Parts: sequence; C-alpha cells; structure tokens
Amino acid sequence: MKEDSMALHILNKISTGDDPENEIKMKIAILLKQLDLHLLNHSLKYISLQINLNPKTVKKDIELLQRFSGKGEQTVLESIEYTSDYEFSNGCRAPPWRQMYGEICYVLVKPHDVEAFCITCSVEGVFLNGGKTDEEGDIDYERKGEVYKDLVTFLKEKSAVFSENMSKQEITFNEEQKNQIEEVLTKEEAAVPQKSISSPDRLKKNHINFVKTQMSKRLEPSLNWRAKVDFKEQKNLTKDSQEEKHGGKVEKSRTSISHGKVQLRKSVDKIEETISESSSESEEDEEQPDHRQEANADLPSEYWQIQKLVKYLKGGNQTATVIALCSMKDFNLAQETCQLAIRDVGGLEVLINLLDTDEVKCKIGSLKILKEISHNPQIRRNIVDLGGLPIMVNILDSPYKSLKCLAAETIANVAKFKRARRAVRQHGGITKLVALLDCAQNATEPAQSSLYETRDVEVARCGALALWSCSKSYSNKEAIRKAGGIPLLARLLKTSHENMLIPVVGTLQECASEENYRAAIKAERIIENLVKNLNSENEQLQEHCAMAIYQCAEDEETRDLVRLHGGLKPLASLLNNTKNKELLAAVTGAIWKCSISKENVIKFREYKAIETLVGLLTDQPEEVLVNVVGALGECCQEHENRVIVRRCGGIQPLVNLLVGINQALLVNVTKAVGACAVEPENMAIIDRLDGVRLLWSLLKNPHPDVKASAAWALCPCIENAKDAGEMVRSFVGGLELVVNLLKSDNKEVLASVCAAITNIAKDQENLAVITDHGVVPLLSKLANTNNDNLRRHLAEAVSRCCMWGRNRVAFGEHRAVAPLVRYLKSNDTNVHRATAQALYQLSEDADNCITMHENGAVKLLLDMVGSPDQELQEAAAGCISNIRRLALATEKARYT
Amino acid sequence: MNRKKLQKLTDNLTKNCKHFNKFEVNCLIKVFYNLVGDVPERSVAVVGLDRNAFRNILHVTFGMTDDMIMDRVFRGFDKDNDGCVNVSEWINGLSVFLRGSLEEKMKYCFEVFDLNGDGFISKEEMFHMLKNSLLKQPSEEDPDEGIKDLVEITLKKMDHDHDGKLSFADYEKAVREETLLLEAFGPCLPDPKSQMEFENQVFNDPTDFNDM
Repeated sequence: MKEDSMALHILNKISTGDDPENEIKMKIAILLKQLDLHLLNHSLKYISLQINLNPKTVKKDIELLQRFSGKGEQTVLESIEYTSDYEFSNGCRAPPWRQMYGEICYVLVKPHDVEAFCITCSVEGVFLNGGKTDEEGDIDYERKGEVYKDLVTFLKEKSAVFSENMSKQEITFNEEQKNQIEEVLTKEEAAVPQKSISSPDRLKKNHINFVKTQMSKRLEPSLNWRAKVDFKEQKNLTKDSQEEKHGGKVEKSRTSISHGKVQLRKSVDKIEETISESSSESEEDEEQPDHRQEANADLPSEYWQIQKLVKYLKGGNQTATVIALCSMKDFNLAQETCQLAIRDVGGLEVLINLLDTDEVKCKIGSLKILKEISHNPQIRRNIVDLGGLPIMVNILDSPYKSLKCLAAETIANVAKFKRARRAVRQHGGITKLVALLDCAQNATEPAQSSLYETRDVEVARCGALALWSCSKSYSNKEAIRKAGGIPLLARLLKTSHENMLIPVVGTLQECASEENYRAAIKAERIIENLVKNLNSENEQLQEHCAMAIYQCAEDEETRDLVRLHGGLKPLASLLNNTKNKELLAAVTGAIWKCSISKENVIKFREYKAIETLVGLLTDQPEEVLVNVVGALGECCQEHENRVIVRRCGGIQPLVNLLVGINQALLVNVTKAVGACAVEPENMAIIDRLDGVRLLWSLLKNPHPDVKASAAWALCPCIENAKDAGEMVRSFVGGLELVVNLLKSDNKEVLASVCAAITNIAKDQENLAVITDHGVVPLLSKLANTNNDNLRRHLAEAVSRCCMWGRNRVAFGEHRAVAPLVRYLKSNDTNVHRATAQALYQLSEDADNCITMHENGAVKLLLDMVGSPDQELQEAAAGCISNIRRLALATEKARYT
Repeated sequence: MNRKKLQKLTDNLTKNCKHFNKFEVNCLIKVFYNLVGDVPERSVAVVGLDRNAFRNILHVTFGMTDDMIMDRVFRGFDKDNDGCVNVSEWINGLSVFLRGSLEEKMKYCFEVFDLNGDGFISKEEMFHMLKNSLLKQPSEEDPDEGIKDLVEITLKKMDHDHDGKLSFADYEKAVREETLLLEAFGPCLPDPKSQMEFENQVFNDPTDFNDM
C-alpha cells in the first residue's frame, strides 16, 4: 500500500512538468509499474495453488451452510455448529496447542440422512475426527478419514441428501460465497463500514448473477473463488487487489495520458496538415488484428462454394482455373464474408501463386479477384504477408496492357498502409508505375486488337491510381520525383477525363507537402491546370485541386499564379457549397493560404468572400474552422476587412472560439482576434465580450504556439483598449503569469511576451508591479540571443522598463548592457532602432555609459546617427550625448 | 512453283483476307509450301496439310496439347472437310487464328467447342472437353464428380436461357461480359507469346520456318 502510494507520488511528481523528458520518465515509470503488477499477478497464480484454507473462508463456509440448514426437505443440512463458541483473535476456534498443527476449528454437522459427525477444519483441508469423547466437550483430534479440500466437498461425499440439495442451491450458494467474500474484501481493503444489504436485495442480486452465469458456474463451482481468496495470502491478496485497483488507476491515468497524447498528436497532425503536410506517412489502415472466422460458427453458403472453387483452382489445369476464377468473380466480392472466405480457405495463396505463372488468362482472372477483395484492410495485409506485392510489381513490366492495369489497380488498393508502400518502393515499383504514366503519349491509339490490350489512357490512369496510394509515404514521394513523375503527371493533368484527373491531382496534392514538389509544380505550370479544374463539376476533383493549391500556396509566387489564372473567383464561389465538408475544408484552406498575399485579399473582398467566411464561423467542423479563422486572420490585416468583419458580426463568434481546445484553431483564432483588435471599435466589442481575459488565460496553454500567438494578440488589445492599465490590473495574477513566461525556452514565446511587456509597461502602475515580479533580471538573462526578432522586442521591452525606479541601474547590474551594444551589429534596422532607444534610456545611468563605452558602442552609434530612420537617429544621438556629457563631467571634475 | 503463279495466288488470297497484308500473305504461302514439301507441279491430288501434319504444327509451334481440341481446330481450318488444309484454308484460318476480331474468334471458338456441330455446346460436350482439366485426387470417391460440378458451374455462369446447353447467343453474351471465357473449354487459340514468336519468325524469314 505504502509502496503504491509512493509510486503514485512519484508519478505525480513527474507529471507536473511539461517538458518531453518528463514525459519519457513518466512512461518508464508506468511501464515499470506495469511490469511489477504483471510479475505479482503471475506469481500469485503459482502461490495460490499451494494455498489452503484459512479461518475466514472456513467461517464464511460455515456461516453460509448455516443459512441453508434447518428442518425441512429443501435445506442442505439439519444443523451445523462449532464445537466451541470462543473465537481467537486470529479467527481460529481450535485451542492454541492444536492451532500449531494448522487446525482452525471443529464443527458438528448433522446431515439429513446420516449420523452426525465431527469435523476438523485445518489449513490442509477438512477431515473427520474422532468426535466428542465425553460430556466435557473434549474432542478426539485424531484424523479418522481422508482429507478433503473443503467443507462442501467433504459433506457432498458423506451425505447424499446434502449433495442433492446442494446442487439445487449450488449456484446461489456459490454466488453468495463469492459476494460475501468480495464484500469482506472490499470492507477490509477500503476500511469503510460495509453497507448492510438487506437480504432480499442480495438474493435478487444473486438471482441475476445466477441467470447470467449459470453455465460456466455450474462447470466449476468453487475453484475460482477458492483459488483466489485463500489463506496466508489473504494479506497478499488484499495487497494485490489493492494493487490491482491502483494498477487500474495507474492504467487509467495512463490511458488518459495517452488519450491526451493522442489528442495532442491528433492536433499536431492537424497542425501539420493545416500548415504544411497533408498526410505524409500517415497510416490510414491501422494494422488490426485478424479476425478469422470461428471454426464452428455458422458459415454462410458462400463459404462452402468458395472453398470448392479454390479446390478447383488448386487442382485444375488452365481451363478449369479460368472457369473457377470467372465463377468466383460472380460472388459479391465487396462483401466481407466472401473476402474472408477466400482467405480462410487458402484462396489468397493460390491467387498469388497464379500471378507467378505464365498463363496470362489466369493472371488476369486472379488479379480481377484480388483487385476487388483488396478493398478489405485485412486482406491487404495478408497479400503483403504472402509476398504478393513483388509479384504484382513485376507484372507491371508485362507486355499486356490489361494485365498492367489490373496489377496497378490492385497495388493501388493494397498500398494503403506503410509496410505495403515500402514494399512497393523496395521492389522498384515506383519507377515502373511512373513508367505507366508515360503510356498515354501517342494520340492515335490502335484499336483494341487483342484480348489483352486496353487503351493507353487506361494504363496511365491505373498507374496514377497506384501512385496516389503510394504517395502517402515521404520516401515514395521522393522516389516518384526521382523517377521523373512530375512532368508526366503535369502532362496527364491536361486531359479532361475526370477518372484520370482525380488520381493525378490526388497524387500531386499528396506530394505537394514537399518543398521540392512545390517548386516543381510551379515550374511545370501545374497551377494553371489545378485552377482550371476547380471549375469542374466533380466535387472530389475540386477538393483535391483546392487541397493542392492549399499546399502549394505557401509560396508567394504560387499565390500570385493562382490569382493570375483566375483561381480566386472559383474558390470564393465554392465557399457556398457548405454541404460537402471535405471540399469546404480544402477550399477554405486554399483561401487561407492565398490570402497571405495582399492582392489576393483585395480580390477576395471583391468577391464578397469575407462575408461568407464570417458566416462559416459557426456550426462547422474544426478542420473548416481552422482554415476559415486562418483566412480571416490574414484578411484582417487590412482596415477595410476589419470593418467588414465587425459589420457582419464576426467578432463575437471569433471570441467564442477562444475557449476551444484545438491548438491549431487556437493559434489562428488568437491571431484573428489580435488582428481585429487593431481597430479601436473592434476592441470595444472584444473587451465587452471579455475577450482579453480569454486571450490572457491562453497564456497558460501548454502549447508554445498558442502561448505565443495569444501574447502577440494581447499587444494590440492593450494598445487599443480604453483604460488598458486598469484592465490589465484586473486580471488577478495576470502580470505575474506574463513575467514568468520569460522563463520559457521558446524564442517565439519570448519575443511575443517581450512585446506584450512593452505594451503593459506603458502603464506606470503595471510597470511597478512587473518590476516587483522581477522582470528586470529575467529580461537581462535573455539578452544574450542571436534571434533578431527576439532582440528587437527584448530591446523595446528593456527601453520601456527603464522608465521605472532604479531599473536602469538594475539592468546594468544584471549585465544586460554589453549584449545590447552587440545588437547594433545586427543587420536588421528594426533591431537597431529598438536597441538605440534602449541604450538611450540606459545611458541615463553613468555606470551603463561606461559599460557602453567599453564595449565600443560609440562608434556603432555614430554610424546609426547617419541612418535615414529618424527615430534611430535621435535615439543614437541622445545616447552619444549622454555618454559624452559624462565624459565631459569627468574631465571637469578632474581639472577643477 | 514459279514466281508468276505465286504472285497470282498471293494477289488472290490477299483480296479475300482481312487481317494480313500482301507481304504477310506471301510469307505465309511460302511457309505453307515449305511445310507441305515439294509437290509435283501437275499433281491431281489435293495439296495441303493433313491432320497429322497440322496437329504437329499446333503442338510444336503453338504449344497445344489437348488432342481433341487440336482435332477440332483442324476441322475449324478445314472448311471443305476434305481431310487436309489447303493453302487458302491455311491463310483464312490463320487470319482468324492469329488476328481475328473478338467476333470472329468467338465464332471460331464456338465451332471448336461444338463437337457435334449441332449449334449447341451440350453438357456432355462440356464434360468431354473438361474431363482432363482436374487433377485426379485418389481420395475422391467419384473422380468425375469434380468435372460434373465444373460443368454445372460453367452452365450456371454461361447458360443464360437456362436450357441446360449453350447456344451461340449464350456463349457470346458470357464472353462479352468476361473475355476470359472465350476459350472456356480449352485453349484453341495461340497463347500470345507463341503467337508473337511465330509472327516474328514467319514475317522476317519465311523460308526459315520449320517446325519439324
């Protein structure tokens, strides 16, 4: 018990950090815990076999038998009594000198049919003793009969009536025993007073149990519970069951952790998905455990028919095989029963073997079946396990086009999970599949002359289909590119067959998660065709095109291309199709990315897309919301759009979304709210809706991106709110929270928090508070950074914080000045300006001036004075003048 | 045979032949006469390949093994039923055999399978053709049971009018649904590989063709 709480304590301690190392520690701790539990359980199994009776079980047995004893036909016994009324503290009733022999108690039993006898219950078991010797109640302790494992077995042996009546009562009895024991256990364990259950209730419960478990219980009436609850191990058991309980808890907490992780991963995935990746290496097919059909289960008639056909496949020549294959094809192969039946009767092996023969007809027939049944995830896995993929990859070289097509289509179905995709690549399948795309070159196609011919376009389509499946793995994307797939895909994209376009665009969309591809897509003028197909009638095609644009529009040039080819209008109009959520998610994603360019935003405004987007802020799935909010965040960088969002009532739903849990969404929402807050009128609404408080509380979010985004969003809020100082102070503990975020190790978080502090420090009172919270040492500690973004905001924060008390001196004491001087060597003018201002503030203190001078600030500042930036000029000049004045003063002091 | 006569024969046969051009016909004629061997110029006897010679070609060149099917193929070629394939039957037969359209092939195959030529493939005929198609398993009580079952399966698949036998219409419909059933009762067309080899050889160097 102690041990357990200790383990939990450790777990608790570990779990309080949020860094990844702790997570690993936590995992290890949990694993160790599990191992421990496992070992205990395992050893218990062995120990329990050696265990015998103990006082408690015997007592329970006797008590129970007593309840079923008495006069009448139905009872099991006439009477059962202890020989002694006195019970020792250990639960035994035998005299201490007999307890040495392991004896627990003595019982007088009077069955219905035979003479009364006296029984000894001992640790080893139950046996007949010599009985009462005289009136004094002395007992002849000598064993007179065999040892039985328990009282019930003993009595069954001795008394026919008992055994008969017992079998009638058995279930209730056993259940009773079990329940009681369980109750006792819980009572012991929990040390909670047992609730007295009124006996009718209990009987009812038993009855229910009885109905539920009759069969299994009848087979093994008592072993179960007996093995569990026994002697010496009582203690052990109690412990164990507690452990089990705790184990359960640990496990539970673990599951909840892993659940959390799953969520986290999910949202990470989602972020990846929304930000750059589509689905690389994602596993659509969880590899699930096989479920074979039960041997004795009722098998459908198809099962037997298929079994027969497989027999002909195995034992037939080419003719019989073809007939059997054709007949098998007539089954409903889309149905799982048939799919699994083929596998379970060994059909898969035969079908795959057929692929390795020279018989073209057999191969075609076999592939036609494999193509259908490989829609089933289990079958896919079986095909891979049986080595089907390399054979199919080889068939891709076949001179017969229809054979190639079928093989490619089957590969397309099978390669839905990682292992399969890897197998395709490793056997050179990608190159061959890419070669299939090359088929559709010649415009004039020969008429279908042979049985095994098919149209070239069809071959290319099947190739694209297979590549689409394969392109979900990163290495395959690379392989496709290296095999020269992109120009071929680009060429196929010019056709107008939807059947062809969907797999082609699908492949491109998958691959566009890679930088290389995006460049190639731009180079191959693919965007133009993607835009063209946005106008297609087919929603699936539209979806993939939008998705591909979404992926590619990370790049500025691509965004311009989308606009130049007139892609923004169809995107905007597709927003009105709100029924197809996948399409909507893809379209809003494309709009989001496109709206990063200002020109595109202007177009979107023209097409009234912003109003529509605001309308999509409610009642949409998260995938859509993330994109919609992202798009609004980009659009709201402009004044006109901020006004539009306000006018359309978009601020309220945006603020409402601040309470969500999806991290990708939160990042976008905070950004959008921040963008809106730039407008004082919008800010008034946000303030009224308590949006600032919500933003502030997001600073506590575990995800650094959310923290940073929230902190950035707070800056315009503080800037534009009325009575900002008062508002900020009203958040209890808020300022401390912000200051403590300076301990983060994420650069973006640090930069954003510095920016927030700059804004907070505009209010004197708040500046005083954050100074008390130790903002100066924390800022000083950050000074040694190379990140220009952080440098800039840090310098701004420093210059603001100098305005209070002896902060200037404090910065000097914490050695913040020398690193700041080095900022002047950066290439970023923004950093220069902020730094010069900070230095100007710091130079009000003489010691700081000396430090600056020592670090060569004067020369650098002199250069800055020549800058075209006026603020920078002034700050630099001011700083130099302070340093100079100090020098003059010193000289003066020296010579006077 | 002199050149002029050959030229005339070639022109003649090319006119009636759908799938071969003049050159190809010429080559095939040369092959034919190579196979037949030297025949006296003014012989009265019919010039042609008899059953054995033809079957030999089918076996060696096109890898056919089933005697019955080969016999039927011979009959398919030998349109005038005179027991030997003459040069025009040779050209016309090969035209379908090698390059026939699906329709022609269906017609040809159906004729091959319709053993008694009554226009139907009966159960008995099927049984006859399929009887060697399954490995005999010693454990089976009735060795023919599998074949019978196979016939039933085939009928179930192809006999659309449920009259217990296959008419050409039944056959045609089934084949159009699933081309694999074209040679449902045994290979009677060249497999694509040997076909390609044959054509390559014949049209590149007809004099060299020798199947013996």
